[in-house]
Order: sequence, then C-alpha cells, then structure tokens
Amino acid sequence: MTILGELALWVAMLLATWGTVVGFLGGRTRRPALIRSAQRTTYALCAVLIVSSIGLLTALVRHDFNVQYVASYTSRNLPMVYTIAAFWGGQAGSLLFWALVLSVFAALAQWVTPRRHNHLLPYVAATTSFIVLFFVVVTLFAANPFERLAFTPMDGRGLNPQLQNPGMVVHPPMLYLGYISISIPFAFAVAALFTRRLDTGWLHAIRRWTVVSWLFLSIGITLGMWWAYVELGWGGYWAWDPVENASFLPWLTMTAFLHSVMIQEKRGMLKKWNIVLVLVSFLLSIFGTFLTRSGIISSVHSFTQSAVGTYFGGFLIVIALGVGILLWTRLPDLEAEAQLESMVSREASFLFNNLLLVGIAFSILWGTLFPIISELVRGTQVTVGPPFFNQVNIPIGLALLALTGVGPLIAWRKASVRNLQRQFAMPVAAGLATGAILLALGFGDFYAGMAISLAAFVLTTITQEFVRGIGARHRLHREQYLTAFFRLVGRNRRRYGGYVVHVGIVIYFVAFAGMAFKTEMEASLKPGETTRLRSPFGHTYSFTHLGVSQYRDLNRVVSAATVEVTSDRGGRVGVIKSEKRQHIDSFGRASFEPSTEAGIHSGLREDIYVVYAGSVAGTEEAVYRFTLNPLVWWVWFGGVVLVAGGVVVMWPGGGPTRASLRRAMPGYAATLVGKPDQVGAGTPA
Amino acid sequence: MRARTKFILGASLVVVTVGYLMASGIKDTGVYFLTPTELAEKVEADPSLRDVGVKLGARVVHGSISRDVATQTIMFQVTDGQQTYPVIYRGLAPDTFTDDVDVVVEGRLGPDGTFQATTLLAKCGARYEAVPSA
Repeated sequence: MTILGELALWVAMLLATWGTVVGFLGGRTRRPALIRSAQRTTYALCAVLIVSSIGLLTALVRHDFNVQYVASYTSRNLPMVYTIAAFWGGQAGSLLFWALVLSVFAALAQWVTPRRHNHLLPYVAATTSFIVLFFVVVTLFAANPFERLAFTPMDGRGLNPQLQNPGMVVHPPMLYLGYISISIPFAFAVAALFTRRLDTGWLHAIRRWTVVSWLFLSIGITLGMWWAYVELGWGGYWAWDPVENASFLPWLTMTAFLHSVMIQEKRGMLKKWNIVLVLVSFLLSIFGTFLTRSGIISSVHSFTQSAVGTYFGGFLIVIALGVGILLWTRLPDLEAEAQLESMVSREASFLFNNLLLVGIAFSILWGTLFPIISELVRGTQVTVGPPFFNQVNIPIGLALLALTGVGPLIAWRKASVRNLQRQFAMPVAAGLATGAILLALGFGDFYAGMAISLAAFVLTTITQEFVRGIGARHRLHREQYLTAFFRLVGRNRRRYGGYVVHVGIVIYFVAFAGMAFKTEMEASLKPGETTRLRSPFGHTYSFTHLGVSQYRDLNRVVSAATVEVTSDRGGRVGVIKSEKRQHIDSFGRASFEPSTEAGIHSGLREDIYVVYAGSVAGTEEAVYRFTLNPLVWWVWFGGVVLVAGGVVVMWPGGGPTRASLRRAMPGYAATLVGKPDQVGAGTPA
Repeated sequence: MRARTKFILGASLVVVTVGYLMASGIKDTGVYFLTPTELAEKVEADPSLRDVGVKLGARVVHGSISRDVATQTIMFQVTDGQQTYPVIYRGLAPDTFTDDVDVVVEGRLGPDGTFQATTLLAKCGARYEAVPSA
C-alpha cells in the first residue's frame, strides 16, 4: 500500500502541475475544453490524494514499522485512535494531510459554487492546484511519509505522551482545516484579480468559505487552549507562544474581513482593504506554518528542524511577490464607489474595529518576531514574553469589546441623535451600573473591571436587539414569542447568528478577566498532611494528601498522587488525582521523558488544578502545586456559544430571497448607493 | 471638517496609541536572550547587567543536575561549549527537563557567578517525536 501511496503522490504532482497550467490558460482563453479539464483535474487530484492517504493510514494501522514514519510515531501498544491520529501527528504526515484536505476543499469549491461565478472557476482551479502542488512537492522531496528504513524495527517509538490526549486528536485537524480553508477565499481573490471582475460577485462566492474557515480556526484555537490547559500542566491556557500566536494571526485578519466585507457589500467601499485582508490571511497561515517548521523562532511547540522550513519560506516569498504584483496592476479597478460620510456611523465603527484587529495582529507579529528583528538591528536577541503581549493587547482588546457593542446598532452612513439615544441609553446605563457595583464591592483589578462592565454593555445591546425584534414580530404578525424568536433568527441568520457569536466573544473576555485572579501555591506534603489555599471568591480550600500509588496501565507506568479537597463553605469538594506517567514500549523499556497529568476539578466559578511534581526520595511525601483558576470553564462555554452562532450564520437552506439575489448581482451595490432614500437608517446587516 | 479627515485623525490616533503601547511594552518587558559566552562578554563590559534580568539559552551539562525535593530546589550547570554557568532554580521543573536538553532560564547572574533562575523552560528538540533510542 505504501508503494501505491507514494505512486499516487507522484501522480498528484503531475496532475497539480497540469491543473495549474490548464486552469490558467482556460481562464485566459475561455476555451471550454481547457476549463473542463481544469475542473476535472481538481477532482482527480482529490481522488489520488485520498488514495495516497489511505496508503499511509494502512501502513499505520498495520504497524508496518519498516516505514520510517510509522516507526517514529506509533508503537504496538498505542491505542488505535492515536495510531490513526499519528497521520497528522508528525511532520511528513501533516503535510500530506494538508494536501489532502486542500484538494477536497478545491474540488468542493468547483462543485458547489453557483454557476453565476463560472468565470472565476478556472483561475480558482489554477490557484488551488498550485498550492496543492507545493504541498505535494514538499511531501515528496523534503518530508516523505512513505520513506522506508533499511531494516524493520520490532516496535515503533510511540507517540509523544503529550499528544496522547483526546484534544490532540481533534485540535490539529481543526486548526489545519481553518488554515487550509483560507486557501479557497484566497483562490477566489486571485481569480477576481486576474479576471478584473472585482465587483461584489467574488465576495458572495466566498461568503460561506470565509465563515467556515473562521469557525474552524476558532475551534482549533480553543481546542489548542484546552489541550495546553489539561496536558501541559503549567496551569494556564494561553502563553503567547510563537505557535499559538501564529494560529491567532490569521484569525484576527479573517475576523477583520468578516466585518469590513459588509461595508463593501452595502456601500462599495474598502475594496482594496478587503482583498488585501484575504490575501494577507492566507499568507499568515503559510507564515505560521513556516514559523513552526523552520526553527527560526524557538518555541516549545516546534517540529524538528528540516528543509521543510526553507520550502515554506520560498513559497511565502513567491506567493507574496506574485499577488503583490497582481494587486498592483489591478489597483485602478478597486476604486471605492462611496465615501465615508460621518464618524458616527456603522462604517466608521467597522473601520475602527478593523484598525484595532489589524493593530493587535501587527503587535503580535512584531512581538513574535522581535528576537529576530532585534538581532538584525542591534546584534543581540531581545525577547518579549506574555507581559508584553498583555500590556499591549489588553487595552486594544477592551476598545474592541466596546466596539462589539457599538457596531451592530449604530446606523449606516450617519447616525442621528435619536438613533443613538434609542439604541444606547439602556446599554450604557447597564455598563455604568456594573462598573459602579464593582467599584462599591472593592473590585481589585482595573482591566478586569473594565472587561466586565463592557461585557454588561455589549450583552445589553444584544438582548435589546432580540427583545425588540421578537416584540416587533409579535405585534406585526401576531406570533407567539417563541415562534417569533425562531423566525427572527431564521430569517436574518447572518445578523442574529452574528449576535450569538458576539455573546461568545463577550464570554471569552469575562473568562480571560478571571485569570487576573489566578492563585497558586506549592507544597510538600506527607500522607495525611493538609495545606490551605484561599480562593479569590473568598472561601478557603483545604488539600489533604492521601498518598501515592503506583500501577501499570496500558502503555505506561503511572505514579498517582491523590488529595482530598474540602471547602470551608460547602464541605467536601472531592478527590483529585494527578499522575506522573512513564511511557513504555511493548518490551517494557521507557520510551519518553516522564509526563505529568494534571488533576482538574472544574466548576462554574473556578477550577482546582493540581499538579503532582514528584515524591521526596522514594517516600510517599509528595510535592504538589495547587492552582485556582477562576472562570476557566467559561472559556470553553464561550467557545461553544461562538460555534453555535457561527453555525447559525452559515446554516444552509432557507435559500436566498429574490431581493438578496438581486443584491448579489454585479453593480447593484452601486445603484443602491446612488439612491440614498432606499437605504433606511438602521438597515439590518 | 470632513468625515474623511476626521477618520484619518482618529485612525492616526489609534496607530500612534498602538505604536506607543508596543514601544513601551518592549522597553518595559523586553529581556536579553543570550548564550553563556555572550553573557560573560556583556557582564565584563558592563557589570551593572548583573542587576538586569536576562534569558540564558544553553544546554544542560550531562550529570550536573542535583535536586533537593524537600526545598524544591534544582541545581545544574548550563553550557554552550565555551562558557559554563551554574544555575540554581527553585520551583517545579518541566517534564522535559533532563540531562543534555536545551533550556532557557530567565533570571539574574548573582555576584557569586551563579545564575539565579526564576523560570525554567526546557525545549524538547523534537516536540512531536520520541527521544532517539540511545
């Protein structure tokens, strides 16, 4: 099967080359035969990459340790789910996985895109084929998962224990899906530039794709946070590590795009900006991969250094230059059709939202690259860590949170005083009241207090929108409140789904604010000894060390230390166990450094996070670190809300109405802008 | 004033604020990242550097680790092949911390020439791969 798999990769290389050439020529000449061929090539490419992936999966599942990749990442005693997850667990396999998913997306893009965008599709096929070509070439020449060893080991080395976690089975593919799906909007942007069809048509073609990739990125990042939290044992979920930053950057630019695209659809403004955001998001997704695989930035997450980094660097330069030149020659076609009319308008608030998002992205990029920049400029590496990122991004983030409340409610073009009063009187009062209550309670942290007050402001704006919408339906259509709610959301999915996403974001912010009150201590306890830790919520926990037990489990030897936790309010909390695991191969030999499994007791108010650091010289006296992490549960809950909102936004069916179809036609936005009387203040987004 | 001009003013304000936050952030929180040789050179040139926190990236000398679990103190030596420094660290070491791994320690060089670390990061050279079987 590996022979077939590798052969399929070579075929994929030829097909991708063909698809690139024929797609480009088809786009230029508009000859139907070439266009059909380009389209079929994307389907064929998808098929051969599926064959190639099956080849690798078969080798993994059959424990074919003659294949170097299989021997390096799996072992006989590795559970099956992780054996399959090893497909994307290592360098070479993850590149093949990338090519596979991209080819699936590319085929889908050809298949599902409505006919009215046909003129774009040949160039889309050319662009996606070119990207697939790159990944196939890297896989074949720099990191081949089908490479064989000169001998067949009895057993493989096994998967890194930190990757043996359910979160790690889904986190990388989710993040990859996010990264990869950006390629499709990117391909449409390139196609629009080539064809000079730069009206809103291409934006409609990619609308779902942008939401999909944004959703996958969000899920991937949140799962990454969860994995870091439960598996890395340092008691937090975000460390501003270069790899985390790299995944956050395209998320920020995509978020900016999802907002600014509405201005182009409504007002025909920001055409250059939008196309640049799509192009930059794609470049950042490649840049992130380059960063993590080239070893130019030291990160605890890095892959092995290899030639792969050089390939990615080269690809990045080629693509950046290529689209840069293409964009330059098309600038005259990207003139705005309207001008900003007032600073007190939705356009202006979206513009500031974009500036802040891009500002955050830039500061994170700068901080991540600062070791390199400082070495180039001053000859000495200077690094910045979490304090830098927090110091810069907390104030910007709070301003962004405030705009989350303002943007959706303020009128297009120019808001009147009445519009402002009607929309913001209640929310501002709610925000101020929350701030006053926090002050009166003697709340300690300024930024956390700001975050909570702004959260109250934003939540009130959203609640007000739902209440008014439901009320209006109830009065006009005499609907029951529940029916009114579902119809309201169902008929304006983008708008109300967007509100739900905003609720998710607000929950994240409040949860992040909770981390300002993280409390921790370390203690060395003999069995039966107790230590106490005061929670930021005012009560006190007692931790009693029960003892250390050792046993053999599946593919590891475990030392487990157990504490009993009680609270001075509410009594017994429960027993928490933290493990030190020594993974072993099927001959019982140690295969990795020992790893720590934190014990977590999760609650709505706070998590109790217990790490067993080791025992004192063979006795049962254990060294612990106890951490109280406020509001962590809400991070995960915020993620769920956000995904739910995203699903509402992109839920298929319902079908576009006649009016929205008409709006989708080229030139309609221009006509609309020309007749201001047709655009009422407060037009739904 | 036209809205466009106002917006450009507002945008410049945002850009300047972000720039200021970044510049002050780097000034307040940036730390040198040095190899032991570079640290030795820097300290010789400017002894006041002892009072400034730095990051030291080096490899743990084989067999130099000694732990005192009761006080949670770890002592070891790091080297880049030319210059070696003893390091003292109080706290929990990461799982990957062991002989011959690359570590990044953050702290100060004490007057006795011992590096007093407040954080200890161990870089597992190949995070996603097993240790090569010895």
